[in-house]
Amino acid sequence: MSEIPGDLKFLKSHEWARAEDDGLVRVGISDHAQDQLGDLVYVELPEIGSAVKAGVGAAVVESVKAASDIYSPVSGEVVAVNELLNDKPETINEDAFGEGWIFLVRPSDRAELDELLDANEYGELVENEDH
Amino acid sequence: MRDFPRQATSAMTEKTVLNATHRALGARMVDFGGWDMPINYGSQIEEHHAVRRDAGMFDVSHMTVIDLHGARTRDFLRHLLANSVDKLKAHGKALYSCMLNGQGGVIDDLIVYFLGDEFYRLVVNAATRAKDLAWIEQQAKAFDVQVKERPEFAMIAVQGPNARAKVLGLLHEVDRPRIEKLGKFAAAAAQGPHGMPLFVARTGYTGEDGFEIIVPAEHAVALWEALAAAGVKPAGLGARDTLRLEAGMNLYGQDMDEGVSPWEANLGWTIALDEGRDFVGRKVLEAQKAAGVKRVMVGLVLDEKGVLRHGQKVLTANGDGEILSGSFAPTLDKAVAFARIPVGEPGAIRVDIRGREVPVRLVKYPFVRDGKPCEGI
Repeated sequence: MSEIPGDLKFLKSHEWARAEDDGLVRVGISDHAQDQLGDLVYVELPEIGSAVKAGVGAAVVESVKAASDIYSPVSGEVVAVNELLNDKPETINEDAFGEGWIFLVRPSDRAELDELLDANEYGELVENEDH
Repeated sequence: MRDFPRQATSAMTEKTVLNATHRALGARMVDFGGWDMPINYGSQIEEHHAVRRDAGMFDVSHMTVIDLHGARTRDFLRHLLANSVDKLKAHGKALYSCMLNGQGGVIDDLIVYFLGDEFYRLVVNAATRAKDLAWIEQQAKAFDVQVKERPEFAMIAVQGPNARAKVLGLLHEVDRPRIEKLGKFAAAAAQGPHGMPLFVARTGYTGEDGFEIIVPAEHAVALWEALAAAGVKPAGLGARDTLRLEAGMNLYGQDMDEGVSPWEANLGWTIALDEGRDFVGRKVLEAQKAAGVKRVMVGLVLDEKGVLRHGQKVLTANGDGEILSGSFAPTLDKAVAFARIPVGEPGAIRVDIRGREVPVRLVKYPFVRDGKPCEGI
C-alpha cells in the first residue's frame, strides 16, 4: 500500500481531507479503505451546490461486496465532484490519495480541520486495526 | 464510512489446510460460516474474469463431505431427499437435491454421488454442517445407515473453459482418457501429481465447465501448487459468489432457508414427485403445489448505475418483495439479482436503493452461460 501523504487530515472512518491553496477542501477515502473495500464498481457523487456537514454522509461508494457511506470531514458547500468516477470508479482503487478524490468543499468553518487526525495519528489507527 | 468490512480476527474460526497458502498469496481473509477463508487475492473482478475466460481455482475445503454406507442407503436417500436418487443409474453419477424438513422448508441443498450399491457420498454446505449432520444421523437410524463425516479431505474447485484441460495434464496418463470422457455431473477416482489419490467430479458452482476435486488434506497444498504451475489462477469466495449468481445458482441462507419452500426458490426442477416415494416434506410440497404458491423467485437486471443488494425492498403492482442475492455482475458490467416477489403480473418493478426508487427489468435467468451474457440480459 502507498504511503500516507503528510498533508492529509483524516476522519476515523477513513475519509481524507486536503486543504488546497485556494482555501477549498478536497475529500476522498484512504488507500487502506479502498483496499478493505475491494474493487469499487459505483460511486454516488453529491450534487454540486449541495450543503454537506462534518461527520455526515455526503457520498456513497459501492464495491462488489458492500455499499459504504462517505462522511464529509468538514461542513460547507460542494463546489466540484470527480466526474471521472462515474465511468471509472476503480480510479479510487488505483490512486485513492490522488486521482481518486471524490468531491471538493468550500468549508464554512475551517476550524473543523483541526479536529481531524493527522497522517501519523491515522497511520497508527490503521495499524492497530490490522492487529 | 459505514459498513466497513473487518478482517477476520477470531481465534475460533476454523482453517482449511490451505490457509497458510492463501495468506502467502496475500489473500484478504474473512470469516465465512465459521471458517477463515480468502475472499480475494487482490481483485475479485479479475479473479471472476479469469474463471470466465481461462481457469481459476477455489479452496472449498470448508464444505462438508459425508459418506453413507449400508445395505439400505438408497432407501434412506429416497426418504431424505426431495430429488430422486433413482435417477442415478451408473456408479459415479451425481444429483443436486434439497433436503427438507417436515414443513417443506429447505434444511440445505447438496450434491449426492452414487459410488457403490451400498455407498453414497454427500457434499453439504459449511455453514449448515452441524444441523445437517444431526438431521441426517437422526433420519438414518431407521435405515441402519452409517453416517461418516470425512474431515480428512480437502476440496479444490477448478473452473473455467480451460479448467479441465489443465487438470487432465496433471493426472497419471493412464487416467487421462477416462477422466477426459467423464460426463457432466459425474465423478471418478484418478491419480494426481506424485500419485496422490483424487476424487474428480465434473461439477461446479460458476456456470463454467470444470472439476471439483476431493483430495486427502495432506496432498492439498501440493495439488494447489501443481494447478498454479499449470496456469490456474487462485480465486476467492468473492468471485465464486458473483460467478454463481450470474450462472443463476442459489445460495443457501440467502436465496432459500428453512422458512422457504423450494417452489418459492425456483427449485421446483429438483423436486421429484415420483410415485410411491414418501420423502420428508412431500405432503406439504404437494399441498403447496395444489394451492399455488404466494411468492415466486425472479431474476432482475439494473440497467442504471448502482448495485442491487440483499435485503433491498422490491416494489411491484402486487405488493412488496425483497432482493435475495444481489451484486454487481462483472461479466455484464451491471447489477443483477434474484428477488422473491408476490405471484402475478408485477407491472413496472422498482427497487428501493437508499430511499430512491430505481426501475429494474424482470428477466429469465441464468444471466450468463459459458462465458457469455444470455439473450435478453
